[in-house]
Amino acid sequence: MIARLAPLLSGLLFGGGLVLSGMADPARILAFLQLGPGWDPSLLLVMAGALAVALPGFAWLRRRAQPWCAERFADPRGAVDRTLLLGAVLFGAGWGLAGYCPGPALVSAGLLQGAGLLFVPAMLAGAALVRRSR
Amino acid sequence: MLSAILGGVLIGSAALLLYAVSGRIAGISGITYGLLWPVPGDRAWRGLFLAGLLGGGWLAVLAGARLPAVPLPADAGGITLLLAAGLLVGAGTRLGNGCTSGHGICGLARLSWRSLAATLAFMLTGMLVATLLRPALVGALP
Repeated sequence: MIARLAPLLSGLLFGGGLVLSGMADPARILAFLQLGPGWDPSLLLVMAGALAVALPGFAWLRRRAQPWCAERFADPRGAVDRTLLLGAVLFGAGWGLAGYCPGPALVSAGLLQGAGLLFVPAMLAGAALVRRSR
Repeated sequence: MLSAILGGVLIGSAALLLYAVSGRIAGISGITYGLLWPVPGDRAWRGLFLAGLLGGGWLAVLAGARLPAVPLPADAGGITLLLAAGLLVGAGTRLGNGCTSGHGICGLARLSWRSLAATLAFMLTGMLVATLLRPALVGALP
């Protein structure tokens, strides 16, 4: 029961947080990414708020042997390689072009906004292309 | 200001809850792609999380959170720009195994060097593109 409820509740908090923080609005993201007059530091405050909870929380959790309802904590590690950086640069370019990253885009599509409804299929197509070429 | 910090606290709590109970990383791109191209038995929690994500957006709006200015493709810089941006975001997050949530929040909270490198790379690229390239493209594309 808790194993099912936790992902749902986590999603609810996440989606609510995105809208409340203003990050579901691509104009706010672009106002952070676009340097110059009118620069909006909100995105840094959102990250600071999230990390203020997540950093100590994750550190505390990782001292435990396992999660409540699963065998182990996912903890992907590895070297910083070219694929990672190329991916991050491509993602950053798309993010800077339209102000949408995957979470806000999905929330926007869920709210039936035209931009999100257009962006999400393109995003899935981009992911499918990479998957195909590998 | 306050709503940005409070929204961030909600997002951080969401990531913490999922990690505490399921041991999973609350990375939106990874969760979404894992639902579309699933490993058997690994689907339900992803669907529940994404249903919550969309529901949470709705609830926040219904509860009176300021609705983001309903962006039409034209407001977002035009259809071509949106589609190109979507392709780049999809390809990039798939190739780089994560986005703002998976690398930028969960990865940093796990003290992962890969996530720190990815976060710096997409932040810097995003700033360069939004500052130098986007203004030239908006309105210039169909």
